Amino acid sequence: MALSNVLEIPTSGFNFENVARNVALEGLLEGGQTKTPKPMKTGTTIAGLVCKEGVVLGADTRATSGEVVADKMCAKIHYISPNIYCCGAGTAADTEKTTDLLSSNLTIFSMNSGRNPRVVMAVNILQDMLFRYRGQIGASLILGGVDCNGNHLYTVGPYGSIDNVPYLAMGSGDLAALGILEDRFKPNMEMEEAKELVRDAIHSGIMSDLGSGNNIDICVITKQGVDYIRPYQESEYKDKRQKRYKYGPGTTSILTEKIVPLELEVVQETVQRMDTA
Amino acid sequence: TMFATQVYGDNGKMKEYHYTGPVEHRFSPYSFNGGTVLAVAGEDFAIVASDTRLSEGYSIHSRDSPKCYKLTDTTVIGCSGFHGDCLTLTKIIDARLKMYKHSNNKCMTSGAIAAMLSTILYGRRFFPYYVYNIIGGLDEEGKGAVYSFDPVGSYQRDTYKAGGSASAMLQPLLDNQIGFKNMEGVQHLPLNQEKAVQLVKDVFISAAERDVYTGDALRICIVTKDGIKEETVPLRKD
Repeated sequence: MALSNVLEIPTSGFNFENVARNVALEGLLEGGQTKTPKPMKTGTTIAGLVCKEGVVLGADTRATSGEVVADKMCAKIHYISPNIYCCGAGTAADTEKTTDLLSSNLTIFSMNSGRNPRVVMAVNILQDMLFRYRGQIGASLILGGVDCNGNHLYTVGPYGSIDNVPYLAMGSGDLAALGILEDRFKPNMEMEEAKELVRDAIHSGIMSDLGSGNNIDICVITKQGVDYIRPYQESEYKDKRQKRYKYGPGTTSILTEKIVPLELEVVQETVQRMDTA
Repeated sequence: TMFATQVYGDNGKMKEYHYTGPVEHRFSPYSFNGGTVLAVAGEDFAIVASDTRLSEGYSIHSRDSPKCYKLTDTTVIGCSGFHGDCLTLTKIIDARLKMYKHSNNKCMTSGAIAAMLSTILYGRRFFPYYVYNIIGGLDEEGKGAVYSFDPVGSYQRDTYKAGGSASAMLQPLLDNQIGFKNMEGVQHLPLNQEKAVQLVKDVFISAAERDVYTGDALRICIVTKDGIKEETVPLRKD
């Protein structure tokens, strides 16, 4: 009996099945004077660093769609396996689906082999897939995890390039965050100091970059387990409006009214007393 | 590490650069520096408010660059769009105001300034000033007046108007709260100064939540017959 494959073996060459369809759709939509929907980008600041006891990952929580904030509390740190987490920047759907796919594949592998997956395996699978799609999948990922070989931090670019580094930042706020990391990073830092450094790096990205904002999420991965702190720090700018804008019933005008009675027959009747004391 | 080279699109936003063949790089004389302005006219007052963030692409140039400029004792103009053109335009208006004062021995009224601005803007019809203007002030009778413009000089007098990057978010809210549109059975109370200021503050807090180009601080200029009072309120900085 053949062993169930962890991954389907990809067909050789590049898979561009949908390109022809997209071009045709564009032509159709243009004729119909509608625009193709713009994919939502996360416009992000994500950062990670390796410390003495494990890996600390951090991310902001703002997702932008052009110049409008689409989601004020989006989760950018994705679960891959019990010992590996991944931050994603770039097109929101791409990071979401790519990490989901990776997570599913690694779960199958874990069940087959009875082991927690190693970080290099996750990195290799991601690299294979993203390179195959020639950058059409706009996902910039920071993978961090702890396995039998130690604490690892990798970055995977949308074209499939990888880098193994002790500290890292990606997204539109990467340069701001990198400034803080370059200044204060030391090898083998203590856990609390590492968390504060990541928080400060993300905070710098939030303040300097318009595509990042709102709250800060932190994920700490150690040999003992994972501490996913969401939010690690809430934004200090809670909306403090002075007046409450409430509309009483009847504010919306009723133009027409149509009442359709539902034909029901009573099949079973149960009475449950509410405690309204 | 792979860095994706980023090219500024012609409205100042960043674009991903894929190598698809030879690319012709064009120089754009304009750039979008963000910012939102808002003006409200009351019975005997006018309010002109703007945020103070100056941005380009995803970066911030300044957190303290207000977009309201005082023209006379009874008129304030709010300009947002391309900052270079905003500065030049306000310089030109200031010069023209002085010329008028020296020739006619009196200050220009709000209506006159609006008409003059329209001709100044249309004079550059084929290389426009990339500025969204809103003038707020008191007319000859002492009543509040708001004049809103497009980049090439089309204007009209309004009761309230929002312009700039978050205008599409603010204008419907103002239509509802000041114009009482789309509401039934609500008393049409005239707007007093205190409520108007409160509304302007709330509306900008909301805009800063959802528009990345709006934030940092809010500068409110309140124009009454006693002069122009300025107030600054902090907004989201992220």
